Amino acid sequence: MNSENSVLDPKTSPTFPIAARATLGDTQLRKNVRHATEVIQNKRARVVAEMPDWQQLRESGRQIRQHTMANLETYLEEFERNCIRAGGTVHWARDGEEAKRIVTTLAKTYASQQNPEVIKIKSMTTEEIHLNVALEAAGVKAYETDLAELIIQLGHDQPSHIVVPALHKNRQQIREIFQREMNLPELGEKPQDLADAARKFLREKFLRVNTAVSGANFLIAETGGVCIVESEGNGRMCLTLPETLITIAGIDKVLPRFEDLEVMLQLLPRSATGERMNPYNSIWTGVHAGDGPKNFHVVLMDNARSEVLADSEGRQTLNCIRCGACQNACPVYRQTGGHAYGSVYAGPIGAILTPQLQQLHHAQSLPYASSLCGACYEVCPVKINIPEVLIHLRNKVVKQKGPLNPEALAMKMAGTLFRSERRFRAAQRLGRFAETPLVRRDGSGDGWIGWLPGLLGGWTQVRDLREMPKETFRDWWEKRGKRGN
Amino acid sequence: MATETNGVIDTSSARQEILRWIRAANQGVADSQPVAQQWDRIERPYRRSATRSREEILELLEDRLRDYDANVVRTAEAEVAAAAAKMLAARGHKRLLIPGGLNPAWLPAGFDYVVDDGASPAALDGFDGVITGSTVAIALTGSVVLQNVPGQGRRAVSLVPDHHLCFVRVEDVVETVPEAFDRLKATSTLPTTFFAGPSATADIEMTRIKGVHGPRFLDIILVE
Repeated sequence: MNSENSVLDPKTSPTFPIAARATLGDTQLRKNVRHATEVIQNKRARVVAEMPDWQQLRESGRQIRQHTMANLETYLEEFERNCIRAGGTVHWARDGEEAKRIVTTLAKTYASQQNPEVIKIKSMTTEEIHLNVALEAAGVKAYETDLAELIIQLGHDQPSHIVVPALHKNRQQIREIFQREMNLPELGEKPQDLADAARKFLREKFLRVNTAVSGANFLIAETGGVCIVESEGNGRMCLTLPETLITIAGIDKVLPRFEDLEVMLQLLPRSATGERMNPYNSIWTGVHAGDGPKNFHVVLMDNARSEVLADSEGRQTLNCIRCGACQNACPVYRQTGGHAYGSVYAGPIGAILTPQLQQLHHAQSLPYASSLCGACYEVCPVKINIPEVLIHLRNKVVKQKGPLNPEALAMKMAGTLFRSERRFRAAQRLGRFAETPLVRRDGSGDGWIGWLPGLLGGWTQVRDLREMPKETFRDWWEKRGKRGN
Repeated sequence: MATETNGVIDTSSARQEILRWIRAANQGVADSQPVAQQWDRIERPYRRSATRSREEILELLEDRLRDYDANVVRTAEAEVAAAAAKMLAARGHKRLLIPGGLNPAWLPAGFDYVVDDGASPAALDGFDGVITGSTVAIALTGSVVLQNVPGQGRRAVSLVPDHHLCFVRVEDVVETVPEAFDRLKATSTLPTTFFAGPSATADIEMTRIKGVHGPRFLDIILVE
């Protein structure tokens, strides 16, 4: 899935089973993903265990998010009012196309006219709408400044994780990318060497480029402030040094009050990177004379979020604070990595968010990319019941396909058979007869079926099926007679 | 459509439509109580106050900061300048940036101090280090919070130089995150930065690497 210069777009991506088959064959990728997810999971478990009030925090987090969504209109208007009062400008975008048009227009207005460039903070929202492609088409060069995003950008790759988007690459692979793209043939392969190279490469851009583009972790309705959490300091550079800052945020990112951060800033870092607090949190409100950008624009983007809000069971998806804990905990994600999901939102949260953001027109295979084991729900810091939403979406997908699709017809037929003892026994007899040409004997004489035709083949693709027993339980019971032997 | 006239982008029709969609989507969950009362009803059974003694809290903060590779000393108010001199000398730093309003009694003699006057980012990059105070520190998370007030200055000041020496007064140290937010509430609209240790990343094989873009060297003096 390393297709050069293409983007992870659910509209054009192959279905999950097809894409997963390719990534499962990449043993290096699987090794990298397994290592990274194991390390984060262990770190998370350690710092969560330190918190005697973790479950209470989760419950408060859930209630805050649920309350926010129920009053989203009020809080967005309050945020807008306060942000404008503090010197910011607020724009609204119905979809990704509108958001891209607004950001590129602003970037071309404020960036250097001879050589339009912007520096960027890692943002899943800009990945969701493929903003960099639009900026490039408009002649604006965008530099990703987060180390992982830089690795992705220079490697012409795609993010595979919400928090650690380059976790599918190991140090040797990263070194090769840096050697080639930064023209550093002598570069060492110690992580410190690689980080130093990134520091040098980017510092010049931080000091020179006059416009930055960011996402947002939280918008604070009460103050009109914005909060961004990060590790490296690249965020602080982008938020502080340029003259103009353009922040793009989904409408779901709002929080009612400043003090609600006391819950979110405890839940997010421990869940995301297994740290007690992010190395850096920045909170700013509009424009502050003599400190930071002179021009501050916020783009509030819907892009189908209000559609998700309208679904009484699916709406809890919007409570997500993008910590990625569900990805690290997911036995499916840990095998396939992120690219198989065909969306920048991978793993369990991607399996429910992506199809809903596509209004179920695309990515219909994603709600099935789960064993429903519930590990994601257990680690979710705001208690999103992901398995419940997965089942709800599977139901919607089946309904959408109509009553005449093969799966619905097969289920209907099975229902007819199971309702009558006579029909059920006849079906068993027919099965024993029909399977005969497919059964192969193993060394101990047991019969196995390694291939089934048509739709049933899905089962035997990855496992063998035992032949049907010669005698059913009912047959045996009836034969044993009155004496019980 | 976002329409553009003379460089001004008008998204008011998108605004109206998005808000209408949200209103329609939320019809099923409408609550007759005022929003502020609904917010008050959110249950907050998590820890909101300290459970440790003052000394334990200070030790916890020191421990957490060291865990993040910061260099920490605790010293009485009268010894602050001497402690700072020792730390600066150990790093061989001479030319230091300071924000306006920093307590002069804490600055040792024998170093070159330049008070921030809004210099360009490139000029900030030329300093050996920066010295600031702080607003509040959180022991449980090993975080120090800076705001744009005298003695702490604008955000770029504590970001661009490669070395940050930060004073934390013990009375500004709290145990939990909610206690810190109680103290920050009154000044919540000031530019605010939380830092926990020097800049770091774990983007390469989940190995913590110190020092990417923020200051790579962090000294903390706890002032008693």
